[in-house]
Amino acid sequence: MALIDLANPSRFMAFVARVLPFAVALTVVAFAAGLYLAFFVAPDDYQQGATVKIMFVHVPAAWLAMFCYATMTMASLGTLVWRHPLSDVAAKAAAPIGAAFTFISLLTGSLWGKPMWGTYWVWDARLTSVLVLLIMYFGLIALWRTIEDPIRAGKAVAILTLVGAVNLPIIKFSVDWWNTLHQPASVIRLDGPTIHPTILWPLLVMALAFTLLFLVLHMMAMRNEILRRRVRTLQMRAAARQPATATAQAAE
Amino acid sequence: MTGWAQALILRELRLAVRVGGGALIGVLFFLAVVTVIPFGVGPDLNLLALIGPAILWIGALLATLLGLDRLFQADRDDGSLDLMLMSGRSVELIVLVKCLAHWVGTGLPLVVAAPVLAIFLNLDALAIGAVTLTLLAGTPALTLIGAIGAALTVSLRRGGLLLAVLVVPLTIPVLIFGVSAASAAITQPMPFLTPFLILCALTLLSSVIGPLAAAAALRHSGD
Repeated sequence: MALIDLANPSRFMAFVARVLPFAVALTVVAFAAGLYLAFFVAPDDYQQGATVKIMFVHVPAAWLAMFCYATMTMASLGTLVWRHPLSDVAAKAAAPIGAAFTFISLLTGSLWGKPMWGTYWVWDARLTSVLVLLIMYFGLIALWRTIEDPIRAGKAVAILTLVGAVNLPIIKFSVDWWNTLHQPASVIRLDGPTIHPTILWPLLVMALAFTLLFLVLHMMAMRNEILRRRVRTLQMRAAARQPATATAQAAE
Repeated sequence: MTGWAQALILRELRLAVRVGGGALIGVLFFLAVVTVIPFGVGPDLNLLALIGPAILWIGALLATLLGLDRLFQADRDDGSLDLMLMSGRSVELIVLVKCLAHWVGTGLPLVVAAPVLAIFLNLDALAIGAVTLTLLAGTPALTLIGAIGAALTVSLRRGGLLLAVLVVPLTIPVLIFGVSAASAAITQPMPFLTPFLILCALTLLSSVIGPLAAAAALRHSGD
């Protein structure tokens, strides 16, 4: 099925209804496997002890925080360039999920930082740029809620999303460009990962589980948004049909 | 092209000077922010000299944010924005010209006021020069980036606070390199030119991105 076929909201709803149960089941299986590997298979670090387990939540959440913004950037291009009718629904549904993942990565990072770095927070390049990402998510959500008409809100948010996408490469390369406290990239590297396989595999399974979780939540949020817009249209149609009774009631 | 651009600049400047004294209020706000800081951190002159460039930059950023809603709001209210959009000229160029005039009306007075306020903060002559130079190079970027937020919130009744929330994350790089260039001039071993050139690059970059995004937002705000 091509992406263009899903442009019809009814067809998209049918697709979601068919795919969602399988996606939920896959997510549960992936989380079970990932958590089992993280807690029982992956060894404790010889320096960090059990706190290394935090990484199995922290790193996937941080990846998803950026993946989610990248999804919103693509959806914004879809809104502005191709005027794909579902892409602003996708962008709107992704924003709170991305904000949640960003918040989780900041929270787990600071919980890990307290015993390891001796502080909950440092104004390090990567930490700061992720905090900026969180503020931008909040700004986008606020703009969605402030403009009432969903079509106009979608276009305004799409423009801001594209401008804010400049922050993504800054986050990715901040640890390479500036010498900072946060450790440099160790999984996705040209010369192969520098993590031992016993830790790398649980991490990758957890990353898969988080990605599936994002897909499930995103599909559910998109479905809710489509339903919300249908309700809005019905309400407006009902309001337009009975102007006389409405004014009469208001006058009483 | 030069004819209408000149006319637009003159109109904007005339409005900035005659209607409500926008430029002076910005400078007054800048003075108020700088005056408040010593009450917050204590009147230690050595500390103030150390953080002076940062205070001046944050003051300029806040003052710029405060004036941004004037960029398109008044023109939308009286309908002249619609006339400009329908004039057949490039909307991007119109936005660029309006930003230029807005900067001359609000940003340039801040740059002129900065050396006087720097004396309050115990900066020496070299630091005053450095801060003023970085503000001169950096405040246009603040206005140009702010134009995006101003265009996005132009149709909202009370968009001022939202505008600030949307614009601040985008201006952080300008603030970083502006303050680090000014601080580098004070503490000698650091090079001044490197962050200063990056600051100039940011201003040039935002003079492309800002008008493009703001023009797109204005076009969509109309229909």
